Amino acid sequence: MIKVAGLIKRFGGTAVLDGIDLAIEQGEIIVVIGPSGTGKSTLLRCLNFLERPDAGRLTINDLDVDVTRASRRDILTARRRTAFVFQNYALFANKTALENIAEGLIVVNRWPKEKAHARAREILARIGLADKADAYPASLSGGQQQRVGIGRAMAAQAEVILFDEPTSSLDPEWVEEVLELMKQLARERQTMLVVTHEMSFARDVADRVIFMEGGRIVEQGPPDQLFGAPQDPRTRNFLRKVLATQVSPEGVN
Amino acid sequence: MSLLDLDYMLGLAPILMRYLPLTLEMAAAGMVLALVLACGLAVIRVLRIPGLNAATLLFISFFRGTPLLVQLFLFYYGLPQLLAFLTQINGVTATIMGLTLHFSAYMAESIRAAIVGVDRSQTEAALSIGMTNGQLMRRIVLPQATRVAVPTLMNYFIDMIKATSLAFTLGVTELMGATQKEAAGSFLYFEAFITVAIFYWAIVELLAWFQRRLETRLNEAYRR
Repeated sequence: MIKVAGLIKRFGGTAVLDGIDLAIEQGEIIVVIGPSGTGKSTLLRCLNFLERPDAGRLTINDLDVDVTRASRRDILTARRRTAFVFQNYALFANKTALENIAEGLIVVNRWPKEKAHARAREILARIGLADKADAYPASLSGGQQQRVGIGRAMAAQAEVILFDEPTSSLDPEWVEEVLELMKQLARERQTMLVVTHEMSFARDVADRVIFMEGGRIVEQGPPDQLFGAPQDPRTRNFLRKVLATQVSPEGVN
Repeated sequence: MSLLDLDYMLGLAPILMRYLPLTLEMAAAGMVLALVLACGLAVIRVLRIPGLNAATLLFISFFRGTPLLVQLFLFYYGLPQLLAFLTQINGVTATIMGLTLHFSAYMAESIRAAIVGVDRSQTEAALSIGMTNGQLMRRIVLPQATRVAVPTLMNYFIDMIKATSLAFTLGVTELMGATQKEAAGSFLYFEAFITVAIFYWAIVELLAWFQRRLETRLNEAYRR
């Protein structure tokens, strides 16, 4: 189980995260939505210590730290237990698809190379890229690169995979294959915390949807409730705007 | 007699061959030492290590800002006056020292630029899976920085090979010094110097050939 309490992050004078409390159960799929610049990505980055929070408490299984006092070892532990999928894929350009996935196993988990490569091949098969094992990122499409990015996160066997707008940089033609892979992970009950603007994904896949604005969690609940009967006027306002622009064939409730 | 005394040139070549090892040794020592020093200086600049950063800037400024020949004279003739223990410094040592310090100043800047140029998001990705800073540098940043730095570093290596010829001004009999002596004996200046020019040219071409092979290998990951 993952828990954050009283998480605060300031950039300059402004609090981008203004007291976030959140508990994630094992196997839970949470989608975070909200206007741009409300701290959604910062929340994920703080869980992974890519940003150093200014206050709060982070618990991941037996790791339980005051974030301002986290030691180097605590930070490495937190990172090993949270895998990150980046908006711009951030694949290692000097490594093949296979090596991108195996890298963490070899370097961080100290697996022998053969074992790590065998696991990476299994993952490549699961993400549908078995034939691209030896391809470098530069020769892969955006969708394929992001699937490798997700494969790299899968290899880490983290408690949770943090998805930071995983489809926002993709050309429209590649969005579906990435969402499909994420749905597959969701069916396998991989714990996921997903920041996205894909409302239909949130509606179809999430156990819980969180609406954030101004560095705070404004409202949260199961997708039916949040999309069907939002309580807070800010939530209603946001949903009206995004749902008006997202035309999907079946419509959104 | 033809325009060029080819027999003289063919006779001179084996004599110059005997001095080739010294030239190559000075160049090789200079390259290795300059590369090591430059990497150190580049890391200081990238990490902006307090104190050392300012010292590094001054070092780079001086060794880029003054002629190599002046630096060589300073080490060989000047320093022993200042520091008594350096009285035994020989021309070869002074040359290697000069080449190292001079070229490391240039190389540090191109290495620094190459490190800084590696996509920041890959750094975050490496950290996000729990790599330490050292692992990040070794596995992700430096291999990619190398690819960017190699073409400019090779240029400096080429420059350095040719700059070893300045050692003759410190009384070292290397390729250039030997040629000078031979030419003075035979008065066939044109033949002597065109022969030594061909020597340098051949060494540089060999290095350039190696560079092309290295770059092909380093670019493997970036072919679409």
